Amino acid sequence: MSTYVLRRLALFVPTLIGASILIFVLMRLVPGDIAEILVYQTGSESSAVQAKQIQQIRRELGLERPIATQYLDWIAGAARGDFGQSYVQRRPVADILRERFPRSMELAGLTLLLAVVWAIPLGVISAVRQNRPVDYLARLVSLSGLSLPLFFTGALILYGLVRLFHWLPPLEFVSFREDPVENLKQLIWPALAQAYYISAPITRLTRSQMLEVVRQDYVRTARAKGLAERVVIYRHALRNSLLPVVTFIGWWGGRLLGGLVIMEIIFVVPGMGSALVQAVSQRDYPTVQAMVFVMALVFLAVNLAIDLLYAWLDPHIRYA
Amino acid sequence: MVARFVRGQPLGAAGAVVVLVLIVVALLAPRLAPHGPKETGFATYVAPSREFPMGTDQVGRDVLSRIIWGARLSLYVGLVSVVFGISLGALWGVVTAYVGGATDTGSQRVVDCLMALPPIILALSLMAALGQSVNNVILSLVILLTPTAVRTVRSVALGVAATPFIEAAEASGASRTRVVFRHLIPNCLASYIVLVTTNISYAIVVEASLSFIGAGAPPDEPSWGGMLAQGIQALETAPWMVFFPGLAISLAVFGLNLLGDSIRDLTDPRLRGGLG
Repeated sequence: MSTYVLRRLALFVPTLIGASILIFVLMRLVPGDIAEILVYQTGSESSAVQAKQIQQIRRELGLERPIATQYLDWIAGAARGDFGQSYVQRRPVADILRERFPRSMELAGLTLLLAVVWAIPLGVISAVRQNRPVDYLARLVSLSGLSLPLFFTGALILYGLVRLFHWLPPLEFVSFREDPVENLKQLIWPALAQAYYISAPITRLTRSQMLEVVRQDYVRTARAKGLAERVVIYRHALRNSLLPVVTFIGWWGGRLLGGLVIMEIIFVVPGMGSALVQAVSQRDYPTVQAMVFVMALVFLAVNLAIDLLYAWLDPHIRYA
Repeated sequence: MVARFVRGQPLGAAGAVVVLVLIVVALLAPRLAPHGPKETGFATYVAPSREFPMGTDQVGRDVLSRIIWGARLSLYVGLVSVVFGISLGALWGVVTAYVGGATDTGSQRVVDCLMALPPIILALSLMAALGQSVNNVILSLVILLTPTAVRTVRSVALGVAATPFIEAAEASGASRTRVVFRHLIPNCLASYIVLVTTNISYAIVVEASLSFIGAGAPPDEPSWGGMLAQGIQALETAPWMVFFPGLAISLAVFGLNLLGDSIRDLTDPRLRGGLG
């Protein structure tokens, strides 16, 4: 067990570094860097002057140095929480992160909460009433949740809100601390749309796990000793089918920060995803790198936590 | 055989019908579409009518025609990227599982790094680096799909490689290439087929999502995701610009999911029986 934990921990940092190198190199391959964009935007001067300006901006930003040097500089800063200056917003990227990260985290948390509250009971009902109308309905609902692309559910919800309540996504984001009601009013819709999407696999997994567990001997024993059906299902069967479900939810949860991009765009939530899309189109490398780095960090950390939890919860899995 | 499939997997059969329609529409797009996909010049924002059953968009293009051509684009991108991506990943997975050692460990770490990045973000960055074109969408999808296939197929191949018949093949003097191509790959085929069928719908959704955030195919290409994004800009005046592309994607993905599900059930004897 302890060797497993150590090995699992040892993987964490290299993977994070590998992923950050990947995105770093990828961003350097993007044609047209920030210097060109800045110069051509303002530019009415002759091309010789522009070329000179481009050179100068590149030197100021350190873009003419070898890419390896640039990366080492960046990762050394990142380790200290210094992600450099945003090219476009002209302020520390760390500030942008501090502003955007909590918003996306709140949206992700709300999404997961809604998804779990709805998906697990649905999966249980579906399994308990296997091949009855309720089961078919539940499976159809969850399969359609899997088939409706996020941007379509999002667009439909937005359309409904616009038509029925003349509600438009507010242009100003209100944080939970400022005004919880306004904040939830804005975040509940993207969270619902995203939750519908991710609840589908959770329902399906809960159902198939439950179907397997309710056929086990100990469930029959529980019934035979006269326990109420509710107790049998919720105390005995559900508890034992939840382990893979929890793993799966964790995996999705780790992914969610990046997956919220589309919802943030539709519902005008100024979170990490929308900032990232904008930063990519503006060639704002430092912002892109920092955002992706944090997303990968959260994903890997959640995965690590799940793996360790799993090893701890499930004693008959021996990790040599 | 068809009758047995319909009886055993009614939902799968329904999915197959949808997929068949999708294929026919994609193949016959030039004949079915009343107008060209990029043909402009009609009145803008015409509501669905007899002349334009699905209305026109913000620059006066026929939405129905773009939906029909969009089927071709979606299916093309979905099929090509999945076949290339999953095949590449499967081959990679089989070879590294068989070779083992540092090669295998190294490849696993590369896969880890690729999978640590959120898929849509990775695709978005790739598209920024490559430039916006249909073929680059395919290339990005290949890079996105490969690691998943490596993971799945490698674990299957590890199991196969440990069986006695592989040892027997080696003992009888079969070369490594022969073992990989004649013995390992055929035995991993079932998981390969499942990966292909279940990932086509995923690829179609990612393509549409990329177009939706403006990083996919060029805006004048008839991508369902791009059409929907343009529709959201005019949600109040022209909701049909959102509904029809959205319905098209949902239907296509629903059909592919139903079909993929039942194919997976058929290859997994534990799940046989019941409604797929």
